[in-house]
Amino acid sequence: MMPDLGKYAEAVLSSYAISIALLAVLVIASVVRARRVKRDLESTEKRGRNHAD
Amino acid sequence: MASIWQYANPRKFIQTTDRVLPWIAGAALVALIVGLVWGFFFTPEDYRQGSTVKIIYLHVPSALMAINGWIMMLAASLIWIVRRHHVSALAARAAAPVGATMTVIALVTGAIWGQPMWGTWWAWDPRLTSFLILFLFYLGYMALWAAIENDDTAADLTSVLCLVGSVFAVLSRYAVNFWNQGLHQGASLSLDKEENVADVFYFPLLLCIAGFVLLFIALVFLRTQTEIRARRMRALLVRERLG
Repeated sequence: MMPDLGKYAEAVLSSYAISIALLAVLVIASVVRARRVKRDLESTEKRGRNHAD
Repeated sequence: MASIWQYANPRKFIQTTDRVLPWIAGAALVALIVGLVWGFFFTPEDYRQGSTVKIIYLHVPSALMAINGWIMMLAASLIWIVRRHHVSALAARAAAPVGATMTVIALVTGAIWGQPMWGTWWAWDPRLTSFLILFLFYLGYMALWAAIENDDTAADLTSVLCLVGSVFAVLSRYAVNFWNQGLHQGASLSLDKEENVADVFYFPLLLCIAGFVLLFIALVFLRTQTEIRARRMRALLVRERLG
């Protein structure tokens, strides 16, 4: 299944590994921050409503 | 017909992007997996570059999005300057880390490809140098947003920085044509069929480009939603402290 990359195997594999790792970190960091900020905003809004009541 | 400016309303922007985001993210994932698997496993070696040609599926799409990411930020910054829509300034802010990551991928994969092909990791070639400066502009842009507490002032100053940095975004794209020197070759893709890479590499490359474009859009939508919510939270916290 694995193609024969010959003498450039290290270059090709490291390119894919580094790129996929960077993209994964970017996606995970974006999703985690999105969830955290959404949750924090909801609790801030709830606190504000309770305070107004 | 509905005006495009309705999306300048934060609530409308979040409602609309919430609906399309899963579809765009799903399409990005499919295009990236199919394009990369096709390119890595099912394309032949190039007669000159050997198996390093497979790096093209990461290098070209990431370089394209590094430049076009800045162009998108430029458009959003101009909308902020002219119309003062907060969503556009926040969209520019949201795009910067995505564009910076694309720039790093392009620089790293280019260096890894350059070592065996050019005999060096780096050269002060016009395109490489302008790309490095573009990356520094991305870092400066993000640092400026982080350094200024007032959102409107930060949006004003980063918009000006974005205008200046656009020179390097354009240079990154056209440096090869302007100076016609250095190690970096011309465009791998062109509307002129004669200049394109061979078909066997072309179609998986197109899929990878589509994947990177869709991933960029999905991430910018998600991160813009986050910036809108973070801005609202800052406003509520200030109100809470005052009253």
